[in-house]
Amino acid sequence: MTVKLVVGLDGTETGDRALAFAKDLASKIDASELIAIYVIEWSPFTFQTADENAKRHLRREEEIELATSRIVEPAVSALRKAGFNARGIVRHGDVAETLDKLTVENEGSQIIVGRASADGFTKRMFGSSTQNLVMHASVPVTVVG
Amino acid sequence: MKKTSVFGPTTALAAMVANPLAAQDAVGIDDKVNQVFADLTGPFVSLIFAPFPGTSFPWIVMWLVIAATVFTLYFGFVQFRFFKHAVQLVKGDYSDPNDAGEVSHFQALATALSGTVGLGNIAGVAVAVGIGGPGATFWMILAGLLGMASKFTECTLGVKYRNEYEDGTVSGGPMYYISKGFNELGLPGGKILAVVFSIFCILGALGGGNMFQANQAHAQISGIVGDYPGWITGIIFAAVVFAVIVGGIKSIANVTEKVVPFMGILYVGAALVILIVNYDQIGWAFGQIFAGAFTGLGVAGGMVGALIQGFKRAAFSNEAGVGSAAIAHSAVRTKEPITEGFVSLLEPLIDTVVICTMTALVIVISQQMIINPETGSYMLNEAGTAIATVDGNSGVALTSAAFASGISWFPYVLAIAVVLFAFSTMISWSYYGLKAWTYLFGESKTSELVFKVIFCVFIVIGAAASLGPVIDFSDAAIFAMAVVNIFCLYFLMKLVKTELSSYAARLDSGEIKKFTH
Repeated sequence: MTVKLVVGLDGTETGDRALAFAKDLASKIDASELIAIYVIEWSPFTFQTADENAKRHLRREEEIELATSRIVEPAVSALRKAGFNARGIVRHGDVAETLDKLTVENEGSQIIVGRASADGFTKRMFGSSTQNLVMHASVPVTVVG
Repeated sequence: MKKTSVFGPTTALAAMVANPLAAQDAVGIDDKVNQVFADLTGPFVSLIFAPFPGTSFPWIVMWLVIAATVFTLYFGFVQFRFFKHAVQLVKGDYSDPNDAGEVSHFQALATALSGTVGLGNIAGVAVAVGIGGPGATFWMILAGLLGMASKFTECTLGVKYRNEYEDGTVSGGPMYYISKGFNELGLPGGKILAVVFSIFCILGALGGGNMFQANQAHAQISGIVGDYPGWITGIIFAAVVFAVIVGGIKSIANVTEKVVPFMGILYVGAALVILIVNYDQIGWAFGQIFAGAFTGLGVAGGMVGALIQGFKRAAFSNEAGVGSAAIAHSAVRTKEPITEGFVSLLEPLIDTVVICTMTALVIVISQQMIINPETGSYMLNEAGTAIATVDGNSGVALTSAAFASGISWFPYVLAIAVVLFAFSTMISWSYYGLKAWTYLFGESKTSELVFKVIFCVFIVIGAAASLGPVIDFSDAAIFAMAVVNIFCLYFLMKLVKTELSSYAARLDSGEIKKFTH
């Protein structure tokens, strides 16, 4: 049986801990693939100026490039170096929703994420992405503290 | 667009009364500037706003309404047939998840709306209803519904013929579709028409999209805090706009772009509250609107008077046919240009059919306009030019009084809304003007900076003086954009029809389908 583990990265230390846990787990259960995903928080229902709209495509490319080179690629190469079959995905969208959708699309068996990185007012109002993921995920979720 | 002469020159005059010496100089300078401008631009302004012989109906309003009717018929009532599809597109039902992070249909629509929703919806409607009676609302709604087809036509072309540069940025609008579209059809003169459009667009941006807004914002602020020199408002506005468009201070733009829709929602919400509280009068109000539409209910000019005011207000408010929205909508990321046309047709619906109608209903229901109890018709003011109101209010003051009759503190919110709407309109038009400018002078940083500085200087001029002829000329320039744009749309509409037929066929066959989100 092939087991694919999805690791949700967020560019912080908790994301790194999630990655370390995934490595550990993958070696124990002999997972076939590790997929490192970074979701850039974005909503199609925000308000922007005309100038921002005109430059949006350019900004999007820059955001993807930055997330790939700074967060996803280092994680994927670290995994490969450790002998795992690994690949990375960067996508814009609602973090919890997109992470779940990409997991289903890529036939992931489990999602591993770090604990909430949002704090204060935002967290109180909307909950964190981790909370939302745990509430709505289609596969089991492991939250690493 | 927020063209309405609701405040007039009183503010600057009042400020000058406070300081007679400065007033003498200022009046002297104003008079000179006015005279020079009036002499230079008078014939142009008269030509654009000329009425049909023997009537007070400006031909430019008929030009816009006829175009909207032609497009409605030519595209087989596209605004009704594809209305549901337009809503689905805005919701993102047809958006490819792989394109997440690009400009969405919703964002392009919201950006374009922030350039049109504003003073026109608040003060302009009051002018229309105050002169043309409740019946003006009926004609306004009709013109708004027809205008949806004009927006559809121009915004489809805006996306289809935009320029996409290697660095990923885009530039679009009538100047691009006129030159490229005419070229594609083998028609001569496209380049010249595009240049003429661009010139009018720059003038319109500096005038109606800038000076007029600054002038009205100052009038609104000084109405609350007391009279003070307009240049102070001008400098503050110019500094903030400069920080946004030159300094790239996104936080200010972001705050505005978030607060303005909130203000719009608050405005509609307040109108709804008043309507719900007076729900027993809604039937009566609609009765007044329908009766007034065909009889005039005693207003000056009768039914024709109501029709002129309604058509005029719709055309002036939603900018359908002017071409400005095509610039805003062209930034969307889509493989099908026509989808943005569908989305854009919601704009006149929201701006005119919903928001303007809300204002009109609140004014009618609040009974600020005096009815003769014996005849049931409206009474005219002493001059016989408009309907008599309870406190003699007109324009934004009439809207304000109407809302205050239901929610006493709402005029303060309204004042803030007017100022914010003015600011967001300036930001929008600075972009429209810039695109026309760069079309003429190239997309270099220096060229852009020159326009942006000129734009900021005009804010100060607009707020500081009551340059009637300058503002008249600016408005004429905006409508001159519509003369060039609509003339060209008649030639280019067949290109849109080809797109429409192809898209409709693929939608019916299931080739274009929803994405599961």
